[in-house]
Amino acid sequence: MSMNPFDEIALEQAIQLKEKGIATEVVAVSVGPQLATETLRTALALGADRGIHIAYDKPEVVHPLSVAKLLRGVVLKEKPSLVLLGKQAIDDDSNQTGQLLAGLLDWPQGTFASSVALDEKKTQVTLTREIDGGLETLLIDLPAVLTADLRLNTPRYASLPNIIKAKKKPLETLKPEDLQVEVKSGLKILKVDEPPKRKGGVIVDSVEALVDKLRNEAKVI
Amino acid sequence: VGTLVLVEHDSKMVKAGTFSAITAASKLGGNITALVAGKDVSEIASKVASIDGVKAVLTAKGDAYANSLPEALAPLISRVVKAGNFTHVVAPATAFGKNVTPRVGALLDVQPISEVIAIQSPDTFVRPIYAGNALTTVQSSDSVKVMTVRTTAFPKAASSGSAAASISETPAGDDTPKGVKWLKEEVSTSERPELDSAKIVVSGGRGCGSKENFWKVTEMVSAALPGSAIGASRAAVDAGFAPNDLQIGQTGKVVAPELYLALGVSGAIQHIAGMKDAKTIVVVNKDAEAPFFQIADYGLVDDLNKAAPALVAALKK
Repeated sequence: MSMNPFDEIALEQAIQLKEKGIATEVVAVSVGPQLATETLRTALALGADRGIHIAYDKPEVVHPLSVAKLLRGVVLKEKPSLVLLGKQAIDDDSNQTGQLLAGLLDWPQGTFASSVALDEKKTQVTLTREIDGGLETLLIDLPAVLTADLRLNTPRYASLPNIIKAKKKPLETLKPEDLQVEVKSGLKILKVDEPPKRKGGVIVDSVEALVDKLRNEAKVI
Repeated sequence: VGTLVLVEHDSKMVKAGTFSAITAASKLGGNITALVAGKDVSEIASKVASIDGVKAVLTAKGDAYANSLPEALAPLISRVVKAGNFTHVVAPATAFGKNVTPRVGALLDVQPISEVIAIQSPDTFVRPIYAGNALTTVQSSDSVKVMTVRTTAFPKAASSGSAAASISETPAGDDTPKGVKWLKEEVSTSERPELDSAKIVVSGGRGCGSKENFWKVTEMVSAALPGSAIGASRAAVDAGFAPNDLQIGQTGKVVAPELYLALGVSGAIQHIAGMKDAKTIVVVNKDAEAPFFQIADYGLVDDLNKAAPALVAALKK
């Protein structure tokens, strides 16, 4: 089990905020089976101070809304100033959890962030987001939910001494009941199919042959 | 069934994705109501009223809705859904739709459904997962189905030109966004058509070698193919050759043009996820081992600096 690449970027941002003396503590949270604790240990090795594992073993109902409700439970308990998430998971590709969490908390949201700058008083963040035509900049009051896009930063690797140190960092396990969340979903997966595969065509030996194929065979130009 | 379609616009133009969302909404059966929210909405509302399939247009006007902040739009949408007993909310799976729609789901306490590519019935939908390497069919039992639809999977609804739908205002409410202020937007302007609706896409990858060469070869080939847009692979964007809004792939834009011409793109699965529904794929790469050749309809193993000018010359013949 490895960390979602967008979450690695979110975590890196949190660690950088701590290194700059802006954040006081970085708490890594993961929802999932026992295996999720390994991902949390990686987060601790990268620089998170402690981990919270929300133990839940039924992936078929752990959809983004349930995850967001569990995270809200953690937020109400821990009262962070900033929640950072990856913009989307690369398995189910939903791109929802950050927005759902912000909505549940009634906090402002800064999604698809490519740049995050906190002010000196630590009350506001100036955030640039990747949108369809280019970039958009928002001024967001804390507390807020931010989601990381690809170009926010380049995540670091864990060093061997830090991997060893991470074993001693606190890692707490909570159950959904501890957060007063009943995990259920209005969405049922009926089936998963393989999409039709594209087959390779021909290798042409010249641009003239290529243009001829495009004009007379594919008829696309 | 009563469907509310979220209209994406920039105060002057209705964005292309909205027309696809309306086509998707028409597959649900039932009446389609389009919601137009913005600082000034009258011009957009009359444009939307003339799109085929739209029965009614609801407008929400005011400073709160400027710049489409989800903190303002989500409470508005959830109020409109409850007041109008809507069973479905449909938005295009664009940066706008992806940003706003889940927040609506949170307020309505329903699990949203992202990037729907097929509608089998009012409660059963198909969507891609694992970068498009699998398709999942999901059924929603939620009272309101809140979804984004992949714009390349649904053709654009036509506009008949004469306003056919009724236009009315939504009941007022205070939706002033809390805790967020819109500062600025840097949007690239181009003479070329928009990437997600262009008939031809010329894309460049890391194989272009440098920013200068990326633009040299893509612009040269694009100029020889009228109506083409320029796109880029993630590697090219990460290397600084091209801006982020040109990125095609799993986490960037999804395109499905008639012709996709890739120049120096290796064809990582994440890139293919964003363009594999193109009708014809052409790959030009000097590396004969590039994985992209395995799915290309036509492949040419050649140096871009030689192939691009030769291609331009051949196209002009």
